[in-house]
Amino acid sequence: MAADTPKPLVLTNARVIDPARGIDAPGAVIIADGTILAAGPEALNQGTPYGAEVRDCDGAVVAPGLIDMCVSVGEPGHEHRETFASASQAAAAGGVTTIVTMPETDPVIDDPALVDFILRRARDTAIVNVRPMAALTKGLAGQDMTEIGLLKEAGAVAFTNGHKSVRNAQIMRRILTYAKDFGALVVHHTEDPDLAGGSMNAGLNASWKGLSGVPREAEIIMLERDLRLVAMSKGRYHANLVSTSDGAGVVRIGKDRGLDVTAGVSINHLTQNENDIGPYRTFFKMSPPLRDENDRMAMVAAVADGTIDVICSNHDPQDVETKRHPWAEAEDGAIGLETLLAAALRLYHAGDIELLPLLRAMTLNPANRLGLEAGRLTAGAPADVIVFDVDRPWVLEKKAIRSRSKNSPFEDARFSGRVLTTIVAGRKVYDYA
Amino acid sequence: MSANDPHRAGLFPHRHLLGIEGLQPHEILGLLDRADQAVEVSRQVEKIRPVLRGRTQINLFFEASTRTQSSFEIAGKRLGADVMNMQVAASSVKKGETLIDTAATLNAMHPDILVVRHHAAGCAVHLLARKVDCSVINAGDGQHEHPTQALLDALTIRRHKGKIARLTIAICGDILHSRVARSNIILLNALGARVRVVAPSTLLPSGIDRMGVEVFRDMKEGLKGADIVMMLRLQRERMNGAFIPSVREYYRFYGLDAEKLAYAKDDALVMHPGPMNRGVEIDPAVADGPQSLIREQVEMGVAVRMAVLEALAAHLPNH
Repeated sequence: MAADTPKPLVLTNARVIDPARGIDAPGAVIIADGTILAAGPEALNQGTPYGAEVRDCDGAVVAPGLIDMCVSVGEPGHEHRETFASASQAAAAGGVTTIVTMPETDPVIDDPALVDFILRRARDTAIVNVRPMAALTKGLAGQDMTEIGLLKEAGAVAFTNGHKSVRNAQIMRRILTYAKDFGALVVHHTEDPDLAGGSMNAGLNASWKGLSGVPREAEIIMLERDLRLVAMSKGRYHANLVSTSDGAGVVRIGKDRGLDVTAGVSINHLTQNENDIGPYRTFFKMSPPLRDENDRMAMVAAVADGTIDVICSNHDPQDVETKRHPWAEAEDGAIGLETLLAAALRLYHAGDIELLPLLRAMTLNPANRLGLEAGRLTAGAPADVIVFDVDRPWVLEKKAIRSRSKNSPFEDARFSGRVLTTIVAGRKVYDYA
Repeated sequence: MSANDPHRAGLFPHRHLLGIEGLQPHEILGLLDRADQAVEVSRQVEKIRPVLRGRTQINLFFEASTRTQSSFEIAGKRLGADVMNMQVAASSVKKGETLIDTAATLNAMHPDILVVRHHAAGCAVHLLARKVDCSVINAGDGQHEHPTQALLDALTIRRHKGKIARLTIAICGDILHSRVARSNIILLNALGARVRVVAPSTLLPSGIDRMGVEVFRDMKEGLKGADIVMMLRLQRERMNGAFIPSVREYYRFYGLDAEKLAYAKDDALVMHPGPMNRGVEIDPAVADGPQSLIREQVEMGVAVRMAVLEALAAHLPNH
């Protein structure tokens, strides 16, 4: 065990950002035994542990590693799209130290033994932390609730029906009520399945393209229904992927009423809009669909004002067999682990949101919502830490993508901001050469 | 550019015809001029003008079509091309081969022109054209565009009215699901016509009021003073309760009969892209009556497709 323990590490001359304590200041971070000993200005004069490696960060940011709350991995069942090994390599390169996995695999993660399988596979093959979400209903069919208590004991951090909403309000009501007894978090996709029959945002753009649209109301109606049910059941609820200004408005009302409600948004919906689809490019096909620029701006504002708590990548690897089809027949989904931080920094560089709240939405907020100790630099927290240069320019080249699938909507995109080092449990898992 | 510019014919700078969108008015008029000549050729005993001799044209139809496919086939043959028809059943595509694989397979056979119809929007347009070396003609992609239909409609109108500009043209029926309507709205607007659409709200696309048309839900109002009444086919699966309650209610309010046609100008002309549902969107007496151009549209279809093939042939490599 001792031979396996990494050397202590001191990151000096850093801009330390810790959303848990609201710190954004010059300082240092001291890491030993896989945990944080001290971080921030007060770590500057603490000396260095015996045998420690000292790294001069040259003013780069040191922050908690990102927690990505919505990640699809192909394992089990679609290993040709992504494995825990490949997903975690992509995550490490993107500054993500914890991936929270979706249960939409084959088989669906609706049994405690499968949660155990994921944790073992991740332990053996992944270089970042993997925390599984379990299915909310058996087979994700939206009918029968899963063994929420046993799944939680097995290690499921939350329960979700994947990228499908539970259509039946009575079933949803019972699940929220039952899950509450176990303190289980229900993470829900909010798209009315009957209204959401189309393949892109409804409106003029879809009409000219000859595509049937998904109206914004598909989200708003499902979200309004859900929050009524949360009010009835007093359950714990997280709207996973909100995409519209009115959707954010519904979340705001729920919070003001004191409901135990949080919400997330994918980085795609903060940095892209329906015009990016261009000539039917299927890498931009996702659920919910990319909306118009007004909604994109409203979602950025909702993150900035705290209405939306979490930014996730909604990483969803798809291969040529599922993407190289006519738009309406192609699968939804885009990869995003490797570009999550870089894309998010666009919002910072655009002056839309400060670095501290931006990082909070990808570290502390998901950690708190899921009950994880990571996502902070407080003493005693797991040493999941990233070093990044906020300005370093780079271009995402397809051949450099670490995910096994290449369906990135950021192919050839230019970014400012590059992860330099990623540390998981005190161990370096990524270094930018 | 003036409509009478003698130099405009021959100037067609595109390698593909993927839609009306993106075409300049003088390019459209150039195609119509070529098509006028093709009408003359087609009415002669000797109909072959071998500008495509030695070329291979593949008609790749993922969706069944009798009239469009045969129209493209005859057009290609009249220009001397070797024409091959490929009917790809949707089921065999679903068996696993992606469209890209199909395109790559065909591309390896070195066709010069690919005529594609597909049930999905954007397919021919932006997927195939990027993956093959030859010229691609969109023969209808989902609910997106059907450019040769719009061109043949324009040719038919121009031959009867002498112009397109300032005519009032009412497109009636299932606008929502119609690629013909989209291509026609773009083309007719580009040439300066006043375009109206007439349909129940359930058959109008979202944002229709920003698509450059006047919108009418009342057919008699919509036909008032119209020069051209363009009817669209209503698909059977949309008739009973999904978008409209019943055929007889639709026919009562949106079917073109003599009474409603009387609201249009006295010399108004009636068009339909076919195939017609007599008694659903159009009265047989009107469909086959003196104001109908429906049969002539079929003849113009061959001429327009010859014009398009010829225009694209100018870009084919000669070595």
